[in-house]
Amino acid sequence: MRALTWHGRHDVRVDTVPDPEIVNPRDAIIEVTSTAICGSDLHLYDGVIPGMLSGDILGHEFMGRVVEVGPKSTLKKGQRVVVPFTISCGSCFFCKNTLYSACDNTNPAEKQDMTEALYGHSVSSLFGYSHLTGGYPGGQAEYVRVPFSDVGPIVIPEGMEDDDVLFLSDILPTGWQGAENADIKAGDTVAVWGCGPVGLFAVQSALAMGAGRVIAIDEFPNRLALAKSKGAEVIDFKRTNVLEALTEMSGGMGPDAVIDAVGMESHGFAPDTVMDNIKQNIGIGADSAHALREAIMCVRKGGTVSIPGVYGGMLDKFPLGALMEKGVQVRSGQTHVQRYLPELLRRIGDGELDTQYMISHRLPLEQAAKGYENFRYNQNDWTKVVLKPGTQAN
Amino acid sequence: MSRYHLPQHRNAASRNSGLFWLAGGLGALIGIAALTAYQVRGRNRVEYRPPDDAPIRTSRRQEGRRTATGRTVTIDRPRSELYAFWRDFSNLPQVMENVRSIDVNGGLTRWTIAGPAGQDVTLVTALAEEREGERIAWASTQGSDMEHRGCVTFRDAPAGRGTEVTLDLEYVAPGGELGRWVAKALQAEPHLQARRDLKRLKMLLETGEIATNANRRSAA
Repeated sequence: MRALTWHGRHDVRVDTVPDPEIVNPRDAIIEVTSTAICGSDLHLYDGVIPGMLSGDILGHEFMGRVVEVGPKSTLKKGQRVVVPFTISCGSCFFCKNTLYSACDNTNPAEKQDMTEALYGHSVSSLFGYSHLTGGYPGGQAEYVRVPFSDVGPIVIPEGMEDDDVLFLSDILPTGWQGAENADIKAGDTVAVWGCGPVGLFAVQSALAMGAGRVIAIDEFPNRLALAKSKGAEVIDFKRTNVLEALTEMSGGMGPDAVIDAVGMESHGFAPDTVMDNIKQNIGIGADSAHALREAIMCVRKGGTVSIPGVYGGMLDKFPLGALMEKGVQVRSGQTHVQRYLPELLRRIGDGELDTQYMISHRLPLEQAAKGYENFRYNQNDWTKVVLKPGTQAN
Repeated sequence: MSRYHLPQHRNAASRNSGLFWLAGGLGALIGIAALTAYQVRGRNRVEYRPPDDAPIRTSRRQEGRRTATGRTVTIDRPRSELYAFWRDFSNLPQVMENVRSIDVNGGLTRWTIAGPAGQDVTLVTALAEEREGERIAWASTQGSDMEHRGCVTFRDAPAGRGTEVTLDLEYVAPGGELGRWVAKALQAEPHLQARRDLKRLKMLLETGEIATNANRRSAA
């Protein structure tokens, strides 16, 4: 089959690789019909996530048709499914408590050593996202082996388009959980850093959860316009001092909740960003966190910081003093995708959540490398890229 | 002549002064580090530390030639089921990556273990203790390549979470400290193996399979 493989920093290619097979009893094989490039794939593209090997197949947002099932899978051939990016067993302590991204049993035992050394405990596996989280081949491919297929995939009713439901695999539940973690009370003011797909879904989710105002922060006019179209007020951080603006826009108090939908490759020319980037370049620091630092400075006293953005390692110059002195609570985590799927599928079906509007480009799988390059370097125009393995280049 | 000699002379001088500053800088750094270490050590010194409640295998320093290691996992299955699985030693190669084969022969069990550098290690163990549903202990006998003692303990986990399974291993590493480091580098160290084996046991008994990222059966 054809698949998008990683070969190093800024080097991804569509290669021919062996087709996957059923390996374990609960597996299924999915023929991919749509798969997206995620903002967090850019962290792999930029080489800032450790534990990548040359030849790894990327992609963790995908859906398709079931073409083969193992004896213990509950799926049936021919069903259309969206597959969560988190791989979860459904039977460990964490899965039983709906903490699916903390699953104990899906990260192969020999892969857990590295994760334990880095994080203290190992976490669930993810598709196509480095050997720290299992080294499972990802979904930017014609076929994917889906382990524990009786727990993850959600069956999609015929009649709903791929592009309506594809984002159930990651970014929609991630934005939703980001808003849920912000502990929003009716009428709250919520600030969201980053108007990429997760930030946009966080805006929509926060409003759906009763936020009075949502203020979205980015620098790209097209992305800010998308946030505005979904009901947010916007701040261009290249134009405006964010701390002062947010304080003024919230009656001098600061937002009740702040959401960092940016993650470890924050940009914006600030001294801490430069230092973080130097450390990323020489390999002694994984994370650049200007947005998170700013969010902690901006949140009101006793407020909530929610971090759906991805971080991988260590961070310094962290405003722990502001966190402690202002009595702020922090909530974070990879998304427990399975927890949210039925509810979010219903909301899409009922027209409560618009999902297609952020897709700027649809490309054949063969042009995936072009998709990565533009999503990385032309962020204003390329807001979300969906790859279609079944289609031909124009 | 002087045109060629003068710059050389100057270079030597600047190299000397560079060395001077480098040495001075390093010296100052070492001085500050030593002072800080002295300050930290001098603060609130404790002469005698009584034993605490933590398992011995987690202590920072181990005395004697035996290495004690081990690991605990919580498995969401009843104690009796886990005990029965373990007590039938022939089940264990399913979850123990480095155990090639196990032959049970009367009271003795012969373990063939893949050691570091492709060498097989043979252990012949005898049961030392057996408490139904609670504990199985074993020790190596004469015919073993390595001195070893082990036991596995099963306790009910709190709040209905299943069973806490603790594997304790004690061994005398072949080749002493050096052998221990070599084994660690080759990922055959008992601590690492105990940790991985218990996780595979948990996977098999909780989910019915052992997780693998292999895309094809031949690679699994």
